[in-house]
Amino acid sequence: MICDVCREQEATVQLTHVVKGDVTMLHLCPRCAAERGVETTVTTPPKNLLGEFLHSVQQQATAEQIDAMACGFCRMTLKDFRATGRLGCAHCYETFETPLRELLRRVHHSAKHVGRTYAPPAPDTVEGPASVGDLRDRLRRAIANEEFELAASLRDQLRVLE
Amino acid sequence: MTLDLSLLPDGGAGWLDASGEHSDVVLSTRIRLARNVEGYAFASRAREGERLRIFSQVREALPMVPSLEGSTLLRLDQLGLAERALLHERHLVSRELAGLDAPTGRTGAAVALGAGVGVMINEEDHLRLQVMCPGFDVAAALDAVSRLDRELGARIPYAYHREFGFLTACPTNTGTGMRASVLIHLPGLVLTKEIGKVLNGLHQMGLTYRGLYGEGSEVIGNFFQISNQTTLGRSEAELAEDLSRIVRHVIQREHEARRVLWRDAGYIIEDKLWRAYGTLRFARSLTFDEAMNFLSGVRLAVGLKLITGLSVYTLNKLLIYCQSAHLATAEGHALTESEANVARARYVRQALAAEAGPRV
Repeated sequence: MICDVCREQEATVQLTHVVKGDVTMLHLCPRCAAERGVETTVTTPPKNLLGEFLHSVQQQATAEQIDAMACGFCRMTLKDFRATGRLGCAHCYETFETPLRELLRRVHHSAKHVGRTYAPPAPDTVEGPASVGDLRDRLRRAIANEEFELAASLRDQLRVLE
Repeated sequence: MTLDLSLLPDGGAGWLDASGEHSDVVLSTRIRLARNVEGYAFASRAREGERLRIFSQVREALPMVPSLEGSTLLRLDQLGLAERALLHERHLVSRELAGLDAPTGRTGAAVALGAGVGVMINEEDHLRLQVMCPGFDVAAALDAVSRLDRELGARIPYAYHREFGFLTACPTNTGTGMRASVLIHLPGLVLTKEIGKVLNGLHQMGLTYRGLYGEGSEVIGNFFQISNQTTLGRSEAELAEDLSRIVRHVIQREHEARRVLWRDAGYIIEDKLWRAYGTLRFARSLTFDEAMNFLSGVRLAVGLKLITGLSVYTLNKLLIYCQSAHLATAEGHALTESEANVARARYVRQALAAEAGPRV
């Protein structure tokens, strides 16, 4: 199923809204879900198919084919990367792993991180997804406390969710 | 929103106080770490909604980050151009985050500023953690930024890859995401024409140099920012140690060059530096480049003990406060270029007159 919002990518998240008894359902791709504050467990694309594909066909593929391959999360292509010098998202490192490893070796004379290792925090220490109702409550409180900057930001978030 | 930088924990200028080691040659040491939040496209490809989510995620995490206790959170997308320029001139945000080349600020662009520490939000990477120390102190800067990184990373999940390390928008930052730099004044090496050799040597040692404002900026007033070039394949401590060792050597070379200048061309140098002081002390209009070049001369004169009674702190402050956005803030209104030149000359005259002043 295609994402209801961007109409480009595969929907992997089903978001159910209940507002005053009306139930609406949205099918979202991981990126549109993240934008709406919905935490998904899909932090890497469903297996690195593009990366594996790129690796396996690299010998035979033409430059055009490789250039046209797009990251499953942000839709960036190698052609885009060449034009801007910037990657689109963390998943690009998986999608374009082979050519990137080569590039990293050229730039840094190494492709292996030996610095600080990192484990992400346990989910309960990270801010959870905010619901519309929760945001409205916080907005009311922020206005009552005259925390206008916080209120403006909550309003921005509500706009995105709604 | 009116921006009053004096309300920041250290007035946003603690790094200028000339208290650190070798502060006559090295103005400041800075380390920044590039980090991205897992689950979102990088800032340049992120949608407005994604950038706002990142902003609010960081804002909610801030109270739990001890390194940023008492910090001020500023939304650059709600500040005017003059205020954004002021933050950039103070070296608190990058040119990109300040959006000085764009008609409006980038949605979600923000900065959290504590005493000597800061986090830029929605820069090229979602997060740019930075620490600035006065003088030459790479180890202290690394300690402080590592602490900030651990505290923030325990609240916000970073994009991290077991092989490539911390993932960044530009592959030149991948791995440690660390850029350690010292802002160093090298007039002796420039005047003895030794600077070319030194800069070439830096490249061979894996370091690079930039101008006063970092990437893409030109060298003005003999100020160079020397930093590590690579970020992958060496640990943070090794990169910091390499930078320290080589900068210590550059400082030595600068002192040697100053001795040679003084020995071989003493009266020429003396005349040149006093002329620089005289111009700054009495000129009625100064362009920024002129001011920087004369200030470079006066700084050298203070280093050579030719001019006494003038503090390095005052000279550091002049570098920052005689920039256009700072002058406009002090005057309370926007200035044309010629008005800024007049205001600059007045500011410099007053600052120099306020010090005990040299014996001529």
